[in-house]
Amino acid sequence: MNQNQNKLKASVTLLRIFIGWHFLFEGVVKMYNPEWTSFGYLATAQGPFEWFFTMLIGDAAIGWVDTLNIIALMVVGVTFTLGIFERIGAIVGVGLLALYFLAHPPFPGLTQMNVEGNYWIINKNLIELVACIVIYQLPTGAYFGLDYLRKNNLKTQEQ
Amino acid sequence: MKWTRRDLLIGLGGLPVLGAVWWAGAATSVGSQKKRSEILEQLNIKPSLPPAVPGIGGDPVRIGVIGFGIRGEQLTRALGFATDEWKEEMRLAAEEDPNNKRLEDFEAQERLNVKLVGICDVFDVRAEKFINSFSTDDNQIKRYLTYKDMIQSGDVDAVVIATPDHWHAPMSIEALNNNVHVYVEKPMTHTVAETYTLRDAAEKSEAVFAVGHQHRQTLSFSTARDIVDKGTLGHVSLIQTNTNRNDDNGAWNYDMHEKASPETIDWEQFLGSAPTVPFNKNHFFRWRKWWSYGSGLSGDLLSHDYDRLNCVLNMGIPASVSSSGGIYTHNDGRNVPDVIQVNMEFPDFSTGSSQAKGKENGMTFCYSATLGNGFSRPTILMGHDATMELGNRLTVWPDGASTRYADMLEAEKMNPNVPIYQYDPAANATDAVSSATSQYFADKGLMWTYIDGVRVDSTFLHMREWLSVIKNGGKVSCGIKEGFEEAISAHMAGLSWKLGRKIEWDAASQTLRPIEGIDFDQVLLANEKWNIQPEMVG
Repeated sequence: MNQNQNKLKASVTLLRIFIGWHFLFEGVVKMYNPEWTSFGYLATAQGPFEWFFTMLIGDAAIGWVDTLNIIALMVVGVTFTLGIFERIGAIVGVGLLALYFLAHPPFPGLTQMNVEGNYWIINKNLIELVACIVIYQLPTGAYFGLDYLRKNNLKTQEQ
Repeated sequence: MKWTRRDLLIGLGGLPVLGAVWWAGAATSVGSQKKRSEILEQLNIKPSLPPAVPGIGGDPVRIGVIGFGIRGEQLTRALGFATDEWKEEMRLAAEEDPNNKRLEDFEAQERLNVKLVGICDVFDVRAEKFINSFSTDDNQIKRYLTYKDMIQSGDVDAVVIATPDHWHAPMSIEALNNNVHVYVEKPMTHTVAETYTLRDAAEKSEAVFAVGHQHRQTLSFSTARDIVDKGTLGHVSLIQTNTNRNDDNGAWNYDMHEKASPETIDWEQFLGSAPTVPFNKNHFFRWRKWWSYGSGLSGDLLSHDYDRLNCVLNMGIPASVSSSGGIYTHNDGRNVPDVIQVNMEFPDFSTGSSQAKGKENGMTFCYSATLGNGFSRPTILMGHDATMELGNRLTVWPDGASTRYADMLEAEKMNPNVPIYQYDPAANATDAVSSATSQYFADKGLMWTYIDGVRVDSTFLHMREWLSVIKNGGKVSCGIKEGFEEAISAHMAGLSWKLGRKIEWDAASQTLRPIEGIDFDQVLLANEKWNIQPEMVG
């Protein structure tokens, strides 16, 4: 393994763990707070997909939406921090971030609510989404993570 | 299979991260909930439940409506009857804005056991609209040309009075004397003398008398009462309430109907006790702008704010009232002020104290109004221990120098910038209100309340309560005692503005302290001049 590739792997591993950390914390905080709901975030949705997000706040849907959101956050958090099945985690992460982004897109003409900083079309959600794509393309679980043991185990058995 | 220590470090390196983040997340979440429940436990506030009233059984209550203008239509809708014109207008509004749920709300409203039997309106167009909208084959609605005809007909059990202010008392008294139940709009009376006559009539009558302060049904206000009773705010020394409007509708410049003429309006009957003036559309449709028919900001809007607080604090009539203001934003011929500040003094009132006995006593109620700016200033109750913002939502902040919360503030379990209590019965509902004026009323909790997250017209609840008391006995939440306090307080504010001096209430004799050479009712009506200035009176 050449040195450049090693550096790249180390960097992407760090990126993976940090994103996992971020998702996991969001998931755990919500999971331990029985009163948390995505109602407010969805009810204030704007932009071209407003109709879709306001559809999710019905009495029947909102409970499922909240539970699925927590599960998705935890899936990304756990796969990324532990370094196993991270490609699945990355796909879930991309999907989740795309929804977050589209619910409150920083498009010109829309009022930005509850955001720190200033954004034009690109915001942190979108950047994190691209980072998830990088993690999908460059899985590092076998370099640092549970995948290393799984792969190593297979190798041991093969021998 | 054999793993070296290096293998394990690489393979399980993420595990401590997972554990640490999990622990931190759980601790943050559980910790903040614990802090919150500790505060809530200490405050022990009980959010109010929807009022339960016994059903309105038996024969339907036969209702006559007197006055079918803007408010009259709203009251009739609260009874369950909307005109076709309104339904069509709301259908179009809902098409334009899917958040406009007014028609949907109206249709979802519980049916009341009432029957509309008569209408009395001096404007033909309105009386005909009532009959055309609500008359059916098996229920022919009758038009009465005078309120006396209607009340004495024996065909009505109850009347709903939504006329200009100067007609409120004469009509209510006539109905009560005939044992016909009354629901009258605020202010209950137009003069001081009438307030006493009406009180006597209500006390003697067997009929149920209710004043239209519908916000008494708003859940946030009953919760606010619990908050104050529990000493959450400590001694409240100042209350700040406001009117902030900046639109034609809010300044009472309502539309004038194109069919209005001396032929379609019984002008003489409209005038009643008011000074005789030639037919005037402006006076007819925009009567709130003149003392002859209306009561200006003090009777029209201060009365709401006063009663909102009287229903929370039960503070009664102020010991004294001083007002100032003028016609500063709508110099269009009106003679009621459009900017007014009213200070009501309650030197012996206290909401309870967390400090040394006797240190705190007395409160000022300050009402500040302009019809020339719409910036939403909230209603604030300022106590030694906490501040409460009161509207359809409730928010309580601890005060940095509170005695009651000193320990919790010290331990940083409370923070003056962070509310310790928030009550929002609408948390699960999205709203649309159609105009600036309705937004003004809605923010104040004057339009609707929320029961289990569903928006309910508070006027509907108020009328349902009145009808239930008619059938089952009991007490209405805004009866003659509350109406008397509201009317006297509003009249004191109007008098003070007109005279430019302090008006005092003598609680022992239950009368206004006389001022030599001044007849209060003459001042209040100020019949002779349309453009009377405060300094020219008395």
